[in-house]
Amino acid sequence: MAELSFREAIAAGIAQEMARDPMVYFIGEDVGAAGGVFKATVGLFERFGPERVRDTPISEQAIIGAAMGAAMTGLRPVAEIMFSDFLATCWDMVANQVAKTRYMTDGQVSLPLVIRTANGGGTRFGAQHSQSLENWGMSVPGLKVVAPSTPADAMGLLAAAIRDPDPVLFFEQKSLYGVKGEVPDGEHVDRLGSAKVLRNGKDCTIVALAAMVPRALRAAEKLEDLDIDATVVDVRSLVPLDTRTILGEIVKTGRLFTVEENPRLCGWGAEIASIAADECFDDLDGPIVRITTPHVPLPAADVLEDVAMPSVERIIETVRKSMR
Amino acid sequence: MSTNVEKPQAADVDRPTRLRLYQLMVELRDFEQRAYELFLENLVRGTSHLALGQEAISAGYAVAMRPDDYTFCTYRGHGHTLARGASMAAAMAELLGRGNGMLHGKGGSMHLTDVKHGAMGSYAIVGAHLPIAAGAAWSAQVRKSGQVSVCFFGDGTTNIGAFHEALNLAVIWKLPVVFVCENNQYMEYTPIRSVTAVEHPAADRASAYGLQPILIDGNDADVMYETARQTIGKAREGGGPSLVEALTYRHGGHSRADPAKYRPDAEVREWLDRDPVKRYRERLLAAGIGEAEVNEIDTRAQQKVDAATQEARQGAPARVDEIERQVWSDGGAAWRN
Repeated sequence: MAELSFREAIAAGIAQEMARDPMVYFIGEDVGAAGGVFKATVGLFERFGPERVRDTPISEQAIIGAAMGAAMTGLRPVAEIMFSDFLATCWDMVANQVAKTRYMTDGQVSLPLVIRTANGGGTRFGAQHSQSLENWGMSVPGLKVVAPSTPADAMGLLAAAIRDPDPVLFFEQKSLYGVKGEVPDGEHVDRLGSAKVLRNGKDCTIVALAAMVPRALRAAEKLEDLDIDATVVDVRSLVPLDTRTILGEIVKTGRLFTVEENPRLCGWGAEIASIAADECFDDLDGPIVRITTPHVPLPAADVLEDVAMPSVERIIETVRKSMR
Repeated sequence: MSTNVEKPQAADVDRPTRLRLYQLMVELRDFEQRAYELFLENLVRGTSHLALGQEAISAGYAVAMRPDDYTFCTYRGHGHTLARGASMAAAMAELLGRGNGMLHGKGGSMHLTDVKHGAMGSYAIVGAHLPIAAGAAWSAQVRKSGQVSVCFFGDGTTNIGAFHEALNLAVIWKLPVVFVCENNQYMEYTPIRSVTAVEHPAADRASAYGLQPILIDGNDADVMYETARQTIGKAREGGGPSLVEALTYRHGGHSRADPAKYRPDAEVREWLDRDPVKRYRERLLAAGIGEAEVNEIDTRAQQKVDAATQEARQGAPARVDEIERQVWSDGGAAWRN
C-alpha cells in the first residue's frame, strides 16, 4: 500500500492505463507540460510525450467532439473538461452526440471514452466554478456517471472507466484533490456500478457521494454519541446504479437519508428515494429524508458556501431530529 | 471582401469515372424523388431533408474517396450515405420506420449511418459533426492509417461555434480532414447572405484559419470530383485540412414541411437551369458518350430505386423490443442491477 493524494491517484490511474494500452490518449486544456490546473495529471506529459498527452485550445466542443470521433475510430480517449461548469459549453457534444450515437446507429458505433472533470463546491469559486453536476449526466440515457470519494477509488474507478466500452462522465470533487489515502500497490482496477458500505449501523442508512461521503462518515461517528447507529453507503457510481447494495442497506435499518451536493430539485438522491419508496416501502420505519444544497446558485463567500452545502453538523441535526 | 469562384481544370476526368459520377448522381436523384413521393403517400413519418439538386457534391467526393475514408454528414444526408455504398433498401426502410431499416427504426431519416462503408453518421444538430470529423481524422493521424475524414455541412453551419472550434483544431493539429460547405443559399428559410458578415460564408472565413479559400461550382460534378481529389490527396499526404465552399441550390424546401415559397421565381429558374444531373448528362453526350449508354444508366437507377422501395415497403414495422437495445455496448439498456 502506498499513500497517495486524490490528485496523484488520478494521474496514477491514467498512467496505468496509458502504459497498458497504446490506444489511450489524453487531451484537454493545460493538461500537458502544465499538468492540469488542479495538478491532477502531473508527470503524464513527461512520461508519455506530447502526442499522447495533448494540450487543446479553450474549445470544449472541439475537445469532446475530437474525443468522440477518435473513440468511434479506434482510440480510447480521456478528455478533460477543466471545471464541470464548462460542460454547459459542450453539452450538445455530451448529451446529444456522445450519449446517443451508439443507440441511434443501432450499435454500429462504440464510444469508449472518458470525460474527466473537476466538480463541486467548497473552494469559494462562486456559482460558475462550483456546481455539482453529476445529476445532469445521470439524466441522459447513454452516459455512465462516476464520482469517487477516496484516492483508491479515484484510481481504481478511473482505470475501470477507461477500460469500459461506453462513455463515462468522471466527476472529481475538487475539494478532495488534496485528501490522502492508501492505494493498493500494483495494477488497480475497480468495478463500475458497485456501491460500497463504509460503516454498518442498525438505526439508519445514510447514502452519500464524493465529498459528501467523508462528511457522512464524520456525522455517523458523532451520531454514535447520540445513540444513533448509522450505516454509511458510498454510491460511487450513479450509472450504473448499485440498487442491490443500496436497497439492501435501507431494508436492514428501515430509514434512509441521502446527502447530496446537488441543488435540491432533481438531485440524484431523489431518484434513490423514489426507488426506495417503490421497492422497499414496507421496510421503511419513517420518512425518507434528503439533505441537499438549497435550490440556489452556489454563493462564493466562505460563510455562505459553508452554510449552503450539506455540512457534518447539518447531517447530524437532520438525522437526529428525524430519528426522535 | 470577396472570393472568386475557382474553376479547377477538369478536362482529364476519364470516361469510367465520368460514367460512375453520372450513375451516382442519377441514383441519388431518383432516391430523393422517391422519398418525396412516399411522403405524399404518408409512408414517411416525421421529417426528412432532401438533397435534390446537391447530388454533384456527394458524388464528386464519394468517387474520389478511398473505401476506408470517413464521411460525416448532416440530417440532409441520404445522398452522402448512399454514395459511399450503403444499401438503398435499408435506407428507404429506415425512412419508413421499418424493422428492416438501416438502424432498425432507431435513427430515422436524419441519422443514416453505415460504418462498414465509411458513412460515420448523419448528425442533426448543426455543427456538431465538424469536431467529431476532426476527431476521426486525429485518430487516423495517430494510427498512421492514411485515412481521410470528409465532413459535409450546410452554409448555416458557418455561423455556429463548433465550426470555428473544429477548423482551428484541425489546422493546429494538421489533421487529415476536408470540410465541405454545401452552400445552398438558405440556412433554413432565411437567405444565408442576410445573416452572415461575409459574402461567402465558408470561403471568406478560410483565411482566419490560415487556409486557402476554395470557392467552387458545386453543381459541376467534374469540378467537385477534381476538388475532392486535390483536397483528399493533400490531407492524405500530411498537408492538413481544407475548407471547401461548393455553391449549390436545393430544389425543394428545407424539410418536408417547407414549400420554399420564400425564394424568388427567377432565382429558382436560374438554378434549375444549372441542375447538376441534367447538365452532366448533356456534357456526357457532348463528349461523345452514346445516348443509349446514358439511357441505360437512367433505367438501371430507376430499377434500383424501385427494387429498394419494394423491399422497404415489404418490411414489417420496427420491432418493439428494439427500444431497449444498444444503449450500451453489452447490447442492452440496463442502468441498475
